[in-house]
Amino acid sequence: MWDAFGFEFVNFYFIPGLVLGCIYALGAIGITLTFGILRFANFAHGEIMMSGAYLTWTVMAIAGAAGLTLHPLVAMVPAAALVIILFLGTDRFFYKPFRKADTIKVVMASFGMMLIIRSAVQAIWGPNQITFVPGIARPNATLQSITGDMGMMILMPNKHIWIFAGTLVLVVALGYLLGRTRIGKAMRAVSDSPDLAHVTGINVDMVIRATWIVGGICATAAGVFLVMDTQMLETTMGFRMLLPMFAAAILGGIGKPYGAVFGGLVIGLAEELSAYPWIGDAPLLSPGYKTGVAFAIMVIMLIVRPQGLFKGRSF
Amino acid sequence: MEAYLGYFLYLLSLLTVGGIYAIFALGLNVQWGFAGLFNAGIVGFAAVGAYAYALLTTAESPFHIGGFGLPLPIGMAVAMALSALIAGVIGLICIRLRSDYLAIATIGIGEIIKLILKNETDITNGPRGINKIPRAWEHFSEERFYSSAPMSWIATPEQWGAFFDSLPNWYWQPLFAGTILLTVYILYRMLERARLSPWGRMMTAIRENESAARAAGKDVTRRRIEAFVIGAAIMGLGGALFAQHLRLIEPTNTFDPSKVTFLVWVMLIAGGSGNNRGAILGGFLIWTIWSASELFISGGIALISSTFETLDPSILATRAGFLRMMLIGILMQVILQRYPGGILPEVRPASPKAVKTTAGPTGDDT
Repeated sequence: MWDAFGFEFVNFYFIPGLVLGCIYALGAIGITLTFGILRFANFAHGEIMMSGAYLTWTVMAIAGAAGLTLHPLVAMVPAAALVIILFLGTDRFFYKPFRKADTIKVVMASFGMMLIIRSAVQAIWGPNQITFVPGIARPNATLQSITGDMGMMILMPNKHIWIFAGTLVLVVALGYLLGRTRIGKAMRAVSDSPDLAHVTGINVDMVIRATWIVGGICATAAGVFLVMDTQMLETTMGFRMLLPMFAAAILGGIGKPYGAVFGGLVIGLAEELSAYPWIGDAPLLSPGYKTGVAFAIMVIMLIVRPQGLFKGRSF
Repeated sequence: MEAYLGYFLYLLSLLTVGGIYAIFALGLNVQWGFAGLFNAGIVGFAAVGAYAYALLTTAESPFHIGGFGLPLPIGMAVAMALSALIAGVIGLICIRLRSDYLAIATIGIGEIIKLILKNETDITNGPRGINKIPRAWEHFSEERFYSSAPMSWIATPEQWGAFFDSLPNWYWQPLFAGTILLTVYILYRMLERARLSPWGRMMTAIRENESAARAAGKDVTRRRIEAFVIGAAIMGLGGALFAQHLRLIEPTNTFDPSKVTFLVWVMLIAGGSGNNRGAILGGFLIWTIWSASELFISGGIALISSTFETLDPSILATRAGFLRMMLIGILMQVILQRYPGGILPEVRPASPKAVKTTAGPTGDDT
């Protein structure tokens, strides 16, 4: 079983697919919560992710100038706080005025925010690529030797282990928040039926703030994980992530955070595995079309089952 | 005299590009202003139109498929048809769902179209793009046109060559600008007619109150798909004219979503969505602001870099470009919140006998 096929498949297609899936999953959590609770598709989410990554880089650069080498996961904490402020500010000034109006107005406002945030980042940090963590990522030697002794060698750089661990921690924390805490239960209630939630005395404004905070933390993590994986920052990465994240949210069902996680993993795996030479020697799908896989899955879902796999909301 | 000619040509180019953007805005007006459909992938429909036109009308070339050398009007007609076809497929899938899904799907289709244009290098020459696209009126002075069928009946190629040599090299510019303005006018008349017709009034009814329109026996989904397809066909035509204006198109920078999709949205919202005149006004106005601000910025940068020697003007120029984009975005947000009607608010298509009333000035008109 673990011949050349398994080695190549697991290390070069399956693990990168899972890594990408984790990143999509974290991004899609924010999108699905916003869509479920505030009832609009937030187009600015990818750009928020991207600005979170840039802020993390800045924190690391400042700490580096002070002679401190911070791990991106540490530098992420103050950056996430800034992203939350950015989210809440955006909501206060650009989305809140439309809360009573037709939701498509908010979609339009978020469409505008997408451009404002991207141009702001481009104006501040410049349009060129920035290296995040320099150097080539070597596979984790311990993991390599242990699995090598067992006869199925796994090559996994430390950054991927961090990404898996980080995603796991965040998803477990999210599960605790939504399942066990008062505010989490309120969030689920608003997502299911806002009017009923309002009648039972749930503070909807509070829930909306909590949504932005959760979304902000997950978005920053997704952005930082993405640049940890690709090792560089660029201003278009948020926009490139947007479509797969929407696809993941729709696949899992709008308003269902676990659905979004599952959807993210499926989309990430599908994108990477589509380039595997399933038939013959050539990749099944040219790697240039990876983004198309997410779009195709989304279109199929919209035709067959717009409410998603986990019975989310369908409008 | 020379200086005046320069101003005249600058004015013509403003009218040309402004007119092309006005066509995009008119197309979006059918989708958003008439039917309330959010299209976030204008750039995709424009790219389809531009590439269809370019591939059909260019001379045979080794870099991309064909170069079929067909007459220009055929290229434009196919551009419209192809764009409409794609819109029809998207419409069939997404229009029965809520508008957010259509927005997501259109932004997706925009990206997918660009992805195909970039990756299918055999057909589209990939990122290197297509050049030498024939531009209306200017193309008469190309040898392959004046030495072939209709033109060769009138005079010999040598005579044509001598004739075009005797003209100033900008002879086509007023004619091209005029053609575009005429196209805008014809589209305006047609859309105005559509808006005041029973079809247009039905569109308004569907947009204002979908369930009431449905209860009155209107086929809501079908009408929406119609509006989406018509709008996309107009965008395809705009794309074909855009390709003529640029003469060189490639997938990434020519069809930058922020510069096409977003600018067209700002134009329509600023001019007044639902109002065809507003769409045209917005197209010309925002384009003038956009290109004039470029002059101001480059002037300002020249001033700054001459006073502060240490600053690199090229870095300032790129940063200032992004700042301009950001200001346009903020302008859109301000208009959206404070003046949702735009400069020329929508005039409700009342029944012919009734007095025309304007839509409410606030956001309650949706």
